Amino acid sequence: MEQYNMNLTLKVWRQKNKDTKGSFATYNVKDISSEMSFLEMIDVLNEDLIKEGKDPIAFDHDCREGICGMCSMYVNGRPHGPWQRNTVCQLHMRAYKDGDTIVIEPWRANSFPVVKDLMVDRSALDRIIQAGGYVSVNTGSPQDANAIPVERERAEAAFAAAACIGCGACVAACKNSSAMLFLSAKVAHLALLPQGEPERKPRVMNMVAQMDKEGFGSCTNTGACEAVCPKGISIDNIARLNGEYMLSAAVASK
Amino acid sequence: MLESKIPSGSVENKWTDYKGHCKLVNPANKRKLEVIVVGTGLAGASAAASLGELGYRVKAFCFQDSPRRAHSIAAQGGINAAKNYQNDGDSTFRLFYDTVKGGDYRSREANVHRLAEVSANIIDQCVAQGVPFAREYGGLLANRSFGGVQVKRTFYAAGQTGQQLLIGAYQALERQVALGSVKQYTRHEMLDVVVIDGKARGIIARNLITGELERFFGHAVVLASGGYGNVFYLSTNAMGSNATAAWKAHLKGAFFGNPCFTQIHPTCIPVSGDHQSKLTLMSESLRNDGRIWVPKKKDETRKANDIPEEDRDYYLERRYPAFGNLVPRDVASRAAKERCDAGYGVGTTKQAVYLDFKYNLINKYGRAEANKHGIENPDEETLIRLGKEVVKEEYGNLFEMYEKITGENPYEVPMRIYPAVHYTMGGLWVDYELMTTVKGLYALGEANFSDHGANRLGASALMQGLADGYYVIPYTIGNYLADEIATKPIPTTHEAFEAAEKTVNDRINTLMNIKGNQPVESFHKRLGKIMWEKCGMARNEKGLAEAITEIQQLRKEFWSDVRIPGDIKEMNPELDKAGRVADFMELAELMCKDALDRKESCGGHFREESQTEEGEAKRDDANFSYVSAWEFKGESNWDLHKEPLTFEVVKLTQRSYK
Repeated sequence: MEQYNMNLTLKVWRQKNKDTKGSFATYNVKDISSEMSFLEMIDVLNEDLIKEGKDPIAFDHDCREGICGMCSMYVNGRPHGPWQRNTVCQLHMRAYKDGDTIVIEPWRANSFPVVKDLMVDRSALDRIIQAGGYVSVNTGSPQDANAIPVERERAEAAFAAAACIGCGACVAACKNSSAMLFLSAKVAHLALLPQGEPERKPRVMNMVAQMDKEGFGSCTNTGACEAVCPKGISIDNIARLNGEYMLSAAVASK
Repeated sequence: MLESKIPSGSVENKWTDYKGHCKLVNPANKRKLEVIVVGTGLAGASAAASLGELGYRVKAFCFQDSPRRAHSIAAQGGINAAKNYQNDGDSTFRLFYDTVKGGDYRSREANVHRLAEVSANIIDQCVAQGVPFAREYGGLLANRSFGGVQVKRTFYAAGQTGQQLLIGAYQALERQVALGSVKQYTRHEMLDVVVIDGKARGIIARNLITGELERFFGHAVVLASGGYGNVFYLSTNAMGSNATAAWKAHLKGAFFGNPCFTQIHPTCIPVSGDHQSKLTLMSESLRNDGRIWVPKKKDETRKANDIPEEDRDYYLERRYPAFGNLVPRDVASRAAKERCDAGYGVGTTKQAVYLDFKYNLINKYGRAEANKHGIENPDEETLIRLGKEVVKEEYGNLFEMYEKITGENPYEVPMRIYPAVHYTMGGLWVDYELMTTVKGLYALGEANFSDHGANRLGASALMQGLADGYYVIPYTIGNYLADEIATKPIPTTHEAFEAAEKTVNDRINTLMNIKGNQPVESFHKRLGKIMWEKCGMARNEKGLAEAITEIQQLRKEFWSDVRIPGDIKEMNPELDKAGRVADFMELAELMCKDALDRKESCGGHFREESQTEEGEAKRDDANFSYVSAWEFKGESNWDLHKEPLTFEVVKLTQRSYK
């Protein structure tokens, strides 16, 4: 791929902290190489801002290889930017051309208050896991790992659901700010495995209750979450979650 | 002075004997004891969860917004365990032996044997938690093969093993948070250890959202804060990975073990320009099917696919006919550097070599598939098409990642790769109980120096992190805390807390008041350049001495000219980074000092003065069979303590791959 340079206009959400009102600020960046990653482009801008004595843009990022789930930018109206099955840290500048304008916002959801600029507080997702997203087994000497065979297809489906990186793009994309894809991925991961069986029923009830408590919206099956998920988590998991929930609710109401 | 506390008896009985005789804390007393765990990667999350389950009151800290984001999450390949599920002759002894040998005989036998012993248990525990490891059609667990060993003992979950294991540990941790036995502090960074009467009794942490300093008491403090590869600026570590917690512990009396032992991984996506912020690993498994080469001609201008076979130098196959492309990481890395330094590198920067899959795509996979489908005399196009499908299944996600970053399709053109800093074998010196030289202060996982000697084998980092957290610290910390049951929680108004907070506060104020001209990042980049060039893949006396002087100058410049925008009492990522880079600069000097002291070559540490006639690493067992443990005495001033390494079981040999 041929390398080229570009000049861009960035409109970036700036907000000092969760208690102050934010607004967009416009920046021009010059001589951005097409080989840079999107976050490296922001690094360049930040370095310029620091040299000018201004406050750099705060944004979450860590591994920069698409697996930690920390990065979270809403780029031109889409979580993680234009590429499919991608995190914004893996987005590269060859996706843009000279003269483009890019609008960058934080995740927008009531359950994700802005911490600063593009950083949001996603601790609600941790609390959903705390409500039951685990197998209650203490460290010790469980039975041999091969004692319970697991059908390969089920193991693979469980893995596909467990590949969720907890970034929250699904919530940001959803018009209802629902966390259903995130929640369903965990419910499906554990429901598909024999190890998750004993706690299947209370798990789904408790996790859904916690999601509601955190103020996430309801799912209306628009599928926006699946479309932007960097790990390709399938909306089928939501169907599975609904099934699990119905089953548990039926048992509980007896 | 250095007491490694290795139990007596034969190596295979030490751990059993230890567990049978160590002191215990009864459940009622556990509830009165508080433990601080810093870091929530595999070692930290597993330790915090396990200690919480036992009944201790745990406080877990991480600088990320959730414990699930610690950099263990990025580990690709797998986790070793001596299960012998494959019936290929594996055993605890073999895993122990391979690890000691792979570490070039610079690790402790007793620790490594314990690691091998608990490895099988880790897999059982993870499966019980619901970790979705890869399975065979029969429903049993699958294994793959990794470098430096002759058995298949690596358990994996596609190319995301670290992620799946960390999610398992994270979920166990969140369960304890829900039960109230663990309190979780995210976006908190530890900035000092509080030591009272010679014992670690707490930490000072900065709340990264508010910028406030907070004090926390613990009867013991466990550091699981990872490695220090980011000293080099560019590495496969996460952007936030840092040495600050370990370094502060060092300044408070914890000795630093083998700081110069750094692992440079041979297959990473090369640097593309000055803007580069990090490097991405391409799994070691790719060397099974990729052939590494450079052009025979210097300043070759043709594209890779236009260079005919006779003009290619498959230098690993040429130099190491027995192991070829599968030589260990340290050897492969040095060979790539040698070719590039000699002017044969490829790509725009000339700091890269080719990793080419075409040969095996056609000849290995293509032909096998053609056979399966009964295609006689297939043409090359057919072979490539058939081979591609198999390679996609094997390495698809890695090929995709490569294409996202470089914009090149590795099915069509060879990958360009170059070595990059990946892991640090060195770390805080710990005894057999994982306690540092400060009483009640422990170091786990990559943060300690303990198990990998001078070179870590693939798929062993995950094993060690979880071994330390799930199966070692729950026993060893009890042996210490049993004598602490009468110790009442010390109020954080104690003068030692006051003093520690003042030190931290003063340093932050000093940093903010420099108001110089250069951003933190520029210092970090310059530090990385010094380290990469003079304390990287090859080191020599002159270069190391120069590096020390340059680092000292850079540090001076930093403390007089760094510019940190914003305020203290707010979210300020530049301030966080400034503190970390300041610590990296101090650690970098110690790394060079240690590399200077160790005049032999071993594992990842290559001293140019100590090589064979063919340019291979030459170990010096007579003079350097020791762990170097450095005691901090003052700025740029350390005392070296040597822990002699004795080998009762393993026989020392010179490694050869020819």
